[in-house]
Amino acid sequence: MLPSRFEYHRPATLDEALQALASLEDAKVLAGGQSLIPVMKLRFAAPANLVDINLIPGLDGIEDDGGGLRLGALVRHNQIAVSSTVAARSSLLASAAPQIADPLVRNLGSVGGSLAHADPAGDWGSVMLAAGASVVLRRSSGEREVAMREFLVDIFTTALEPDELLTAVKVPVPGGKSGGAYLKLERKVGDFATVGVAVQVEMSDGTIGRAGIGLTGVGTKNIEAVDAQGSLAGAEPTEEAFAEAGRLAAAASSPVSDVRGSAEYKRHMVEVFVRRGLARAIESARA
Amino acid sequence: MQITVTVNGSERTADVEPRLLLVHLLREVLGLTGTHVGCDTTSCGACTALLDGTPIKSCTMFAVQADGREVTTVEGLLQDGQLHPVQAAFKEAHGLQCGFCTPGMMLVGKALIEQNPSPSDEDVRWAISGNICRCTGYMNIVKAIQLAAETQAGASTTA
Repeated sequence: MLPSRFEYHRPATLDEALQALASLEDAKVLAGGQSLIPVMKLRFAAPANLVDINLIPGLDGIEDDGGGLRLGALVRHNQIAVSSTVAARSSLLASAAPQIADPLVRNLGSVGGSLAHADPAGDWGSVMLAAGASVVLRRSSGEREVAMREFLVDIFTTALEPDELLTAVKVPVPGGKSGGAYLKLERKVGDFATVGVAVQVEMSDGTIGRAGIGLTGVGTKNIEAVDAQGSLAGAEPTEEAFAEAGRLAAAASSPVSDVRGSAEYKRHMVEVFVRRGLARAIESARA
Repeated sequence: MQITVTVNGSERTADVEPRLLLVHLLREVLGLTGTHVGCDTTSCGACTALLDGTPIKSCTMFAVQADGREVTTVEGLLQDGQLHPVQAAFKEAHGLQCGFCTPGMMLVGKALIEQNPSPSDEDVRWAISGNICRCTGYMNIVKAIQLAAETQAGASTTA
């Protein structure tokens, strides 16, 4: 399958890329290409201009600044999966990365590209919602930081303006005891998630402080299960509390029936995964 | 657009449309038809090639993105007329039936055993989880990659 014709631009610097995005009509950013190229081949997307950011230096680092992790937009999924920095700082990210797509796709696909693509079945959106992350959006005249919940607007739609480039993801890492987990149901490796649930908890003196819960594949975008999060704040980590959060998260989901399962089945799996995810996250917080 | 890609150790220059996929550069421009097109939708791994030594799906990358980089295909496994240990092992352990997925499986196997000289069943199955085989049931593919690892480890200790 051949995509439609496009003009190819390969800026060597961030400034050149931002100038290209500001001046070109109908331009898309090419990062890892593992979502964009398939949709271009299927002609769901036919951008007139493609701005390849792969040669821009400085977009592929994982940094720990003490308060959290900063992931460059071009950090590949596999880089996160094998990073000792990530393993030490975020059990949520470390558990999610190896579950994304398949090993070959993970070698090219990038965290920034995945978030900007905003597929509701994408895994990073839920993970970043649960983690309370934000993205750095840059244009020639400056940059802004947008919280994940504001960044994800709708299906394949984000807060990115046409002249902006997502340059980094900022993931806060709490100072105290915290843990997380990503649970994913898929028919086979590499298939879109039937259901995915990301959970992050911060413990405070034996009770749950902040809890973050993100849902994959059960709505028109990755969903932050706000009511479930609220029910856990200040709660004892009990089976009852987990079950209640599971029910509230399931109620916040709006899955549709498709070849991967009925809406009822998916909603039930959200409940199950939230319960299991919380147990696993608390276990990892105590470890 | 003019690009230069080092393919199996030789610099190859071609003038290509930006929309040309890497797999078509390999097969149709350079005539290296060992890289297969299976699903053409990033699912099956028949088009696997190594980009600077790392396995990728060449149907999901533009040829222009490989400009200045090194690509290895199944044709690059043979060295001085000698089968690569992974090729010899696939032959020995019956790691193939129809052969369609085999180039991809062997390239993933090569990349794996370079990083992990003694992979477990689980390690191999994890590594090949982006490559689909419809004949073998995977058992002998796993054995073949482990056999290649053993051969390679043996060769490096005797050398």
